[in-house]
Amino acid sequence: MIVQFKPSALRQTRWYEYLVRFVLGGAMTVIAGLIATRFGPVIGGLFLAFPAIFPASATLIEKHVRERKEKAGLPGARRGKEAAALDASGAALGSFGLAAFGLVIWLMIASSPGWALFLAAAAWLAVALLAWHVRRWL
Amino acid sequence: MLEYGLRFLAGGIAVSAFAALGDTLRPTSFAGLFGAAPSIALATLLITLSQKGAPFAAVEGSTMIVGALALAAYSWAVCVLLKKFLMSAWSATLAALLVWFVVSFGITAALFQLS
Repeated sequence: MIVQFKPSALRQTRWYEYLVRFVLGGAMTVIAGLIATRFGPVIGGLFLAFPAIFPASATLIEKHVRERKEKAGLPGARRGKEAAALDASGAALGSFGLAAFGLVIWLMIASSPGWALFLAAAAWLAVALLAWHVRRWL
Repeated sequence: MLEYGLRFLAGGIAVSAFAALGDTLRPTSFAGLFGAAPSIALATLLITLSQKGAPFAAVEGSTMIVGALALAAYSWAVCVLLKKFLMSAWSATLAALLVWFVVSFGITAALFQLS
C-alpha cells in the first residue's frame, strides 16, 4: 500500500471545523500549562500526551466518510465507524513515537534544549513510521 | 497572561497544522499517526523552557512517556468500541477517556510508590 498525499482532501473540511480544532488545541495547551503550574511537572507531563482533539478529529472522519458514501447512494454509517477505527489504530501506533519524543526530551533537554526538541521530533516521526510499517508486515 | 495567550496561539497552530496534514494523507491508518503527533508538547515545551527551566521540562518529558502509553491504550480502546460495540465516534472517543486517565495515573502512581 502506497502512502498518498492529497491536498484536495482539505476542501472537505469546513471553516468551522478548522476553528474547532484551533480552539480545542489552544485550550488544551493552556490547560496543560495550568495543570503543570498547579500540580507540578510529573502530572503536567502526562497531559502533553492527552488526546485533546481526538474526539473532534475522529468525529469529523466518521462524518466525512459517511457523507461521501451516502452521496454515492451507499449506506455510510458502518463505513464511517470503520474509518474512524482505522484512524484510531494509526494513533495507537503513533503513540509509540510520542513516547520516543518524551524519552529524548527527558534525556537531552537539560544539556542541549535546541537539539533535544529537534531530535525528539525526528524520533517521533521515525518511531511512528517504523511502527506503522512493522504493523503492516505482521 | 501573555504566557497563556502565547500557549493558546502556539497550541492552536500546532494542533491545526498536524490535523490538516493528517487530513491530506492516505491510507487512513497512516493519517492516524498524526493523531498522536507531539503538537501540544512542541507548542508548550519552548515556553516551559523559558519560564520554568530545563529540569522542569525534563521531568515533563519523563512522564510524557507514561501519557503516551496511556494514549496507545486509549486509541486501542476507541478502536474496539467502534468496531465491536458499533458506538459512534463521538461516544467512543469520550468513553475511552476513562482508559487514558486510569492508565496514565495508574502507572504514575505505581512508579512513584516503587521509587
